[in-house]
Amino acid sequence: MIMGQQKPIQVVLEMLAPYQKIVLVGCHGCVTVCRAGGQKEVEILASAIRLAREAEARPIEIREVTLERQCDPEYLEVMRPYLDDYQAVLSIACGAGVQFIAEKFSTTIVMPGLDTTFIGVTEKQGVWAERCQACGDCVLHLTGGICPVARCSKSLFNGPCGGTTVDGRCEVSKEIPCGWMLIIERLRSLNMLANYRKILPMKGWKTSRDGGPRKIVREDLSQ
Amino acid sequence: MKTESRLEHILDAGQFAVTTECGPPRGAEPGVIRKKGELLKGFVDAINVTDNQTSVVRMSSIASCVILKEMGFDPIVQMVTRDRNRIALQSDILGAAALGMNNILCLSGDHQTFGDDPEAKNVFDLDSIQLIQLVKRMRDEGSFPSGKKIEGSPRMFIGAAENPFAEPLDIRPLRLAKKVDAGVDFIQTQCIYNLDRFEKFMDEVRNLGLHKEVKILAGVTPLKSAGMAKFMKKNVAGMDIPDAVIKRLADAPKEEQSAVGIEVCVESIRRLRQVEGVAGVHVMAIEWEQKVPEIVEKAGLLPRPQVV
Repeated sequence: MIMGQQKPIQVVLEMLAPYQKIVLVGCHGCVTVCRAGGQKEVEILASAIRLAREAEARPIEIREVTLERQCDPEYLEVMRPYLDDYQAVLSIACGAGVQFIAEKFSTTIVMPGLDTTFIGVTEKQGVWAERCQACGDCVLHLTGGICPVARCSKSLFNGPCGGTTVDGRCEVSKEIPCGWMLIIERLRSLNMLANYRKILPMKGWKTSRDGGPRKIVREDLSQ
Repeated sequence: MKTESRLEHILDAGQFAVTTECGPPRGAEPGVIRKKGELLKGFVDAINVTDNQTSVVRMSSIASCVILKEMGFDPIVQMVTRDRNRIALQSDILGAAALGMNNILCLSGDHQTFGDDPEAKNVFDLDSIQLIQLVKRMRDEGSFPSGKKIEGSPRMFIGAAENPFAEPLDIRPLRLAKKVDAGVDFIQTQCIYNLDRFEKFMDEVRNLGLHKEVKILAGVTPLKSAGMAKFMKKNVAGMDIPDAVIKRLADAPKEEQSAVGIEVCVESIRRLRQVEGVAGVHVMAIEWEQKVPEIVEKAGLLPRPQVV
């Protein structure tokens, strides 16, 4: 899923300073699962904003909404009838959701309440970690199902570098397991260490963001 | 002979090579490099100049190497993939060769979070093994990765680093084998303090026959004090300093510890010289370049061979 993390409340309050009447919109998609931008977070954030503004004697009116998904046009349309009654929208979906609101409602001011962080997994309750950088050219079949782009701090294709610690951590931080240590252990356990002996050639990054903003058109579906 | 490299000539003649490294200044003063060069003249076969080591900004390796070249050295340009994409790498390889550089050390580079600019965007378009492939292709095939022909290919002796002490230990010889496959000519290792462990690494290197395909220069760094040894052991990933070495330093009075550090370094070189497959030594005296002549002399490595 796409992970997000709420911006500090002070940052949000600064963004909202010029406004007295806003829509706070959450999303039932990824950010609900990672507990950053779902219905519950909309409620909590709205209360926090109201309280802070009341304390400043500058009350704010907030309409609380949570859409099925902010990245699908049909769900965004739900907001169209009432958006003109508000000065601005604060979205706590990922960056795609925020931008799609801006794109679909050309006269509406929209602000991000979240920082979109990464594509990741729930390692355990309350712990999420990055797994994919969406490079557009998957090599997981060669690396034991562990991604060198996302899991190695240097995105090396022929690691590990000399910075692996005694307990298999990355030199960048004790919190980061060495991605190449994981790849090698996994290849070993699968009896596929021969994969490691082959040099992975320089990667084409064109399919990644380096080729410019990406787009997929499926002729069979887009008619 | 693939290149005009003095190091290649010495290694090719089967002579035990001595290289050292010099960290460039954090400023634009060329005199700093010249001063280090003066200290080393006649004592080493080649000098590496580091490329923004530990991600701390310094004078560029190529520029510093040009200064050393003017002094009569045949320096080794270090090049990391951290800060350059393949376009910049190719361009710098051509530029370095045009300025008379005959040696290049291909590295990925320390992660930028270690330095003064942890907010920098990193590049890592290639890794060190792919950089070896790139230089080799440019040199031997006379072509860019795009397939386009190079007019005047860079004749560079290709080096890389290897750390026999980083986990996973049993993978390190295999990784060296990949560098050999990629076309590396010489290797300079991480500093060796655990000689038993290094000898095990070399056993495996010989089992794989790699010592016949690549010239391995064993890395050594003199320790200035027990404090430095403890600091390096604790803070530098992949640095294996046995407790016995630290104890030997710590047992000496403080003012004598640096002399003991030199002694340990000299003994290491003498022992490394006996290891089959070790073709030379790489003395990395970090901001202690003035001690290199003493180390080289005490290790019995003088005079350095003349290359015509």
